[in-house]
Amino acid sequence: MSRGHRPGHRRRGREDSSSHPSGERILVLPGEEIPAHGLKPGPGTYRTGGKVYASVLGLLSSRPPLVQVIPLSGRYIPKPGDVVLGTVTDVQGTFWLLDIGAPRWAPLHMTGTPWKIDVGETERYLHVGDAVTVQVENLDATGRIGVTMLGEGLGKLEGGTIVHVSAARIPRVVGRGGSMVGMITRHTGAQIVVGQNGRIWVNGTPEAIRRVTAVLRLIDENGQRSGLTDRVESYLLSTMPTGPSGPREPPMESAGREGPESSEPSAPPRSPPMLDDEVEPESDEENGTDESGDL
Amino acid sequence: MGNVGAKEIPVLLSPEGLRIDGRRLDELRPLTIQAGALHQADGSAFVEWGANKVLAAVYGPREVHPRHLQQNHKAVIQCRYNMAAFSVDERKRPGLDRRSQEISKVIGEAFESVVFAEEYPRTSIDIYIEVLQANAGTRCAGLVAASVALADAGIPMVDLLPAVAVGKVGGAIALDLKKEEDNFGEADLPMALVPQSGRLVLLQMEGHMTEAELAQALDLGVKGCREIYEKMKQALRERYAIGPMAGASS
Repeated sequence: MSRGHRPGHRRRGREDSSSHPSGERILVLPGEEIPAHGLKPGPGTYRTGGKVYASVLGLLSSRPPLVQVIPLSGRYIPKPGDVVLGTVTDVQGTFWLLDIGAPRWAPLHMTGTPWKIDVGETERYLHVGDAVTVQVENLDATGRIGVTMLGEGLGKLEGGTIVHVSAARIPRVVGRGGSMVGMITRHTGAQIVVGQNGRIWVNGTPEAIRRVTAVLRLIDENGQRSGLTDRVESYLLSTMPTGPSGPREPPMESAGREGPESSEPSAPPRSPPMLDDEVEPESDEENGTDESGDL
Repeated sequence: MGNVGAKEIPVLLSPEGLRIDGRRLDELRPLTIQAGALHQADGSAFVEWGANKVLAAVYGPREVHPRHLQQNHKAVIQCRYNMAAFSVDERKRPGLDRRSQEISKVIGEAFESVVFAEEYPRTSIDIYIEVLQANAGTRCAGLVAASVALADAGIPMVDLLPAVAVGKVGGAIALDLKKEEDNFGEADLPMALVPQSGRLVLLQMEGHMTEAELAQALDLGVKGCREIYEKMKQALRERYAIGPMAGASS
């Protein structure tokens, strides 16, 4: 039995690329035979006995020269250039180990940070449990993940809360050109940073955080369905804090009314002295536009 | 054949060929599968099968613990089957025992033969099976739950793994034994099938059968597995429905 391509880059596909030539989206399950039509078996498939089968649950995508399955679930598979959120799981003399939701922990070396650190002093900067924004730099054949904290918008995260969704759902969370995350920000006034690994940092009023969390859960559970944007918008409108009768208010107006004040009050507490100011997480727009290249 | 062989209590097979719960010989107990029953796990499933209730959770691929079990060329598959203390009539002493160790091993090995573990070197795929209520056939129910949970976790594999036990009760070969049939019947034969290839990746037997009965039991089991396979796929299709959302414009 021969495998198709290794699954390194499976999450490449944009939402719509997972469609059949006919335009119809087809869900396939492991073990189901898929029509190859002479195409090469790509990620998420395997070939045996001259036939091609799906190896993961996902959407069928036939784009010459490959027939592949775009997974709808599963752990985050790192890709160089991705901005991801991680939590520190271990501190060593010269590096930290980060859990970024990938199959392996990612070492963050002290030279990959904006701080000037002496060997053995790593512990003064990041502790186990701290949350950081980093960028995936490289991957080696054994699955080792290299990450860096050097770059705009990268650094330690202070305050706020982190919501987990499936990494496969991130394109939906971001939306076309950042439309979905933009809408959520507009309606809640929350600060949002989206990591490609399915971890999303949210800060704002407790109410804003609660609503954003509920919306993200909704997207996570219905990420492959159509009509999601409408559903999210109607949820956001129906949970407007100021007017319980709010559902019928136009979004722009209400956002204008409560947006500004709810975004300020909980500017994250300043971090310990060694932290640079620019470590402050960049806004969602930043991430949103990053995404759009991939969308 | 049907009117002999039953031990004193109870009567496992009626003269009409019906079993203790009124099923025919080739009939499964009612089976419902829910994919994605837990939030924290990478994949999960809840299975109710007759009076069995089994929960399965899959984590991974993730870092291997303990580290020395790590393999450089593939993921290790670690499976733990456990029965809750309250899962049976008499309280079960909690924790690992020889039976659960054996079942953990055979289930783990069944999955090793279908999961593409080489795709995730130096990692671990951890499968947890918790039996909340037991009524015979829990290793098969656990396998079915774990298999759906693995698919839910996005783990690449050859196929889902339906499983069922066939047995001999009242002298006849019967599908999917329940507790009384398991306790008082003459044989019990759990199996797990790879539908894509027709291969069996788990096959155990307790009790006695003739060669002809074994062949008949295998046929019946494979048929049962294919029926279960459809329910497993249906559960996953429901979980990952791609149609329009309900209430999108409400």
